[in-house]
Amino acid sequence: MITVTVRFFAGHRDIVGRASAQYTLAAGTTLGQLWEQLVTEYPRLAGYTGRLLFAVNQQFGQPSTILADGDEVAFIPPVSGGR
Amino acid sequence: MVEPFVITTEPLDPAPLAAAAQTPDDGAVVVFSGVVRNNFGGRPTAFLVYEAYTEMAVPVLRQIADEARARWPIGRVCVHHRVGRLEIGETAVLVVVAAPHRDAAFAAAAYIMDRIKEIAPIWKQEHWADGAAEWRE
Repeated sequence: MITVTVRFFAGHRDIVGRASAQYTLAAGTTLGQLWEQLVTEYPRLAGYTGRLLFAVNQQFGQPSTILADGDEVAFIPPVSGGR
Repeated sequence: MVEPFVITTEPLDPAPLAAAAQTPDDGAVVVFSGVVRNNFGGRPTAFLVYEAYTEMAVPVLRQIADEARARWPIGRVCVHHRVGRLEIGETAVLVVVAAPHRDAAFAAAAYIMDRIKEIAPIWKQEHWADGAAEWRE
């Protein structure tokens, strides 16, 4: 098992109700799988699926990125508008 | 000493950034200021709140500047973004690009601002004059 910290920002934090949380996951869990788990836990996050950026340890990742123990994960909701 | 890429709660001042970006090789310094407007699509805005994933946003700003440098012959780049509550008319972001010639400086500044909107982990919450609030997503 691995433990990761998930940071929540903006609309995600409003839905989840906190700025960060720790998750204990099976070894080999990917970013995409963790996101699916979060959507199950917080169904209101579902609207963000497909329009997110993924980050691990402050670097952009992919849904297929495999997580490691101690990682800091962020699911980055669409960033601010304006033109 | 002006840090080139900064996320700050302090008010932004373009003059020190322009001075820090300019070198004797540069014939152009473009300063873009993004300021808080009093409406969005005609709906009155009271104020904005900006939030950043600061530990990631600073390196992303540096990455965006590197992207611009790979595309145009430019010199120094500074990007400062404010977070927290901002009132109407306050500056939310400064993008400063120095270059030998103005074409590259204008193009790079526009590119950098567009990319900030695309990938920098910085969010804007609109607080409407009627009291409602929403993240602009």
